[in-house]
Amino acid sequence: MAELLFWPALLAYGEAAFAYAGDARHPGSLGRLGTWGVRVGWLVQTALLVAQAARADGFPWDTWAGSLNLFVWLVVGAYLIWGCRPRYRLLGLVVMPLAALLLAVSYAAGGVAGSGKSGYSTLFLVLHVGLLLAGFAGLTLAAALAALYLWQERQLKRRSSTVLRFRAPSLVTLESLVARTVAFSLPVLTLGMAAGFARLRHGSDLDPLIVLTVLTWAVYGAFLALRFGVGWRGRRAAYTALIGFALVIALQLSLQTGHFA
Amino acid sequence: MNLVLVGTSHRLAPVEVRERVALDLDGAAELARRLADGGEAVCLSTCNRTELYLAHQDPDLAERLAGAALAEGEIELYRLRDEAAALHLFRVAAGLDSLVPGEGEILGQVRAAYESGACGPVLDRLFRQALHAGKKVRAETAIGESPASVSSAAAALAQQVFGELDGCRVLLVGAGDVSELAARSLAARGASISAVTSRTQERAEALAARFGGQAVAFDNIEGELARADVVVSSTSDPGYVLNAERMPERKGRPLFVIDLAVPRDVEPAVADLDDCYLYDVDDLQAVVSESLSGRWREAARAESMVAHEAGRFRDWQASLDVVPAIASLRERAESIRSGELAKAAGRLDGLSESERRTVESLTTQIVNKLLHVPIVRLKEAAATEGSGYVDAARHLFGLGEDEDAAPGRKSRK
Repeated sequence: MAELLFWPALLAYGEAAFAYAGDARHPGSLGRLGTWGVRVGWLVQTALLVAQAARADGFPWDTWAGSLNLFVWLVVGAYLIWGCRPRYRLLGLVVMPLAALLLAVSYAAGGVAGSGKSGYSTLFLVLHVGLLLAGFAGLTLAAALAALYLWQERQLKRRSSTVLRFRAPSLVTLESLVARTVAFSLPVLTLGMAAGFARLRHGSDLDPLIVLTVLTWAVYGAFLALRFGVGWRGRRAAYTALIGFALVIALQLSLQTGHFA
Repeated sequence: MNLVLVGTSHRLAPVEVRERVALDLDGAAELARRLADGGEAVCLSTCNRTELYLAHQDPDLAERLAGAALAEGEIELYRLRDEAAALHLFRVAAGLDSLVPGEGEILGQVRAAYESGACGPVLDRLFRQALHAGKKVRAETAIGESPASVSSAAAALAQQVFGELDGCRVLLVGAGDVSELAARSLAARGASISAVTSRTQERAEALAARFGGQAVAFDNIEGELARADVVVSSTSDPGYVLNAERMPERKGRPLFVIDLAVPRDVEPAVADLDDCYLYDVDDLQAVVSESLSGRWREAARAESMVAHEAGRFRDWQASLDVVPAIASLRERAESIRSGELAKAAGRLDGLSESERRTVESLTTQIVNKLLHVPIVRLKEAAATEGSGYVDAARHLFGLGEDEDAAPGRKSRK
């Protein structure tokens, strides 16, 4: 049942990615098709996760591939908050191909199939994995917004004659959204990390993954301190958000060989 | 009921001809009332067109009346009927017949003409559908979104940097007509013209007063430069008025600089400063050209949308012919049903009230089910094959002969 739901979800995300690409060339009805692809795909993936949860004995996403599945759902869910507005459709160009790709990787690695009995308590995993992944999802969205900011900024700097064609959000709006998204995501990430630290046995070694997580947290913490403390904005702030996201990607990849190995 | 359009526009007549038939809203309303004379008429008169829409039983007469009202013989007019007339109005409402495709003013003018016209069922439906088509085209295509002039391009680019311009401070360097035009575009989108500077203090003061800003001395604008979000420069100075050294550090706050002067007022190196976005006249002209070509691209998409709407109107107009026939058919069937029940009343005396209601309901259902398919087919055929089917139905069921036939039947009894 769960595997059967995977294909329509992937198809809808793929359709949304192609529709957004078409909408960037000819704004209009393709954008709405993309939006519906996102909505339908997300609902189908929600059903997929519910089916997995109903079948599993314990926390169903306690593998790397399973967590990737949950991560995609969180990213698309975060995107749905404002990504469906016409002016933010360009975000879909970044988010939806990524979502489709990661969902396919999750399927290939067995993240859509049911898992066996979890070795951890469900409450701990919900708090630790759930909050960390929700934080990562928010930071992924912030990175997509930062990328859109840099693209738009470059268009304006180069005085491109086509800058108005894409109906993207304004620079100031994008900059503010990046900051607000990070400001929302970092506390969620912090809570997830705190849940993890609470499980660490006294005297146990810090693994490289924990160090990388703390480094990521520090980068985003510095971003927020500079942005709201000394009014640090513009390109430098956007690049910092992207550097932080590079660490998030490194973390996601390391999870396979670290925590879930 | 036929739809007739007679009119002239910028495509057919130069301004000196158009101005002879141009009417203000009251004049257009008065002409519509006079032409309607118990029927339906709407007069749409703008700077680019004067058009009369009439719904009339006799289209030739309607054309003659409208032609006479527009001084036929003295100016060239176009005449369109039914679907072609509807398509024309839908194109007009969508801005596809305008000088600049997608211009937004026409939709309001169509609405005003509709509201002041003498509308009946046909023109009411036509104009409501035209307004719907106009809104739909603007909502689903980007035809009206891109700027069509240098000053509106400058304002649109400022919005691309700041979003809403409410609260944005604008500094005008130079107080000529070009500066004023750009200031109007920015102010119309919510920006505040906070300061004006010019070599001629009186002109700066006059322009500042018009926008509620303040005039500042030309050599003392550093403070205003630091506070401004948008700078518009348009002086006749042969050299650079603003150079990179004079620009204050922005610390992440964007500054949008619009250089409308030739020779240029702003040193090109300003564009290299962090958070500064500089556009000169050529850059803005390129944005306008791209935007106009974009409007033409979108116009091609919009054409298919308005053609679809015109098709819907044609179907609706055709369905008007079938409505009386369907009503007659239902009436005939009901009179037969109730007549036959009345005849059988004596034989149904023994039925209880509930059984009587069952018989009523049963006979009504039989009649409705028998009529359902013919009525659906009639409606479909009226939309696709014209009035032939309606005439056949009238002939087959003897519709419209009731008054003649009924006494005949009685006399045979």
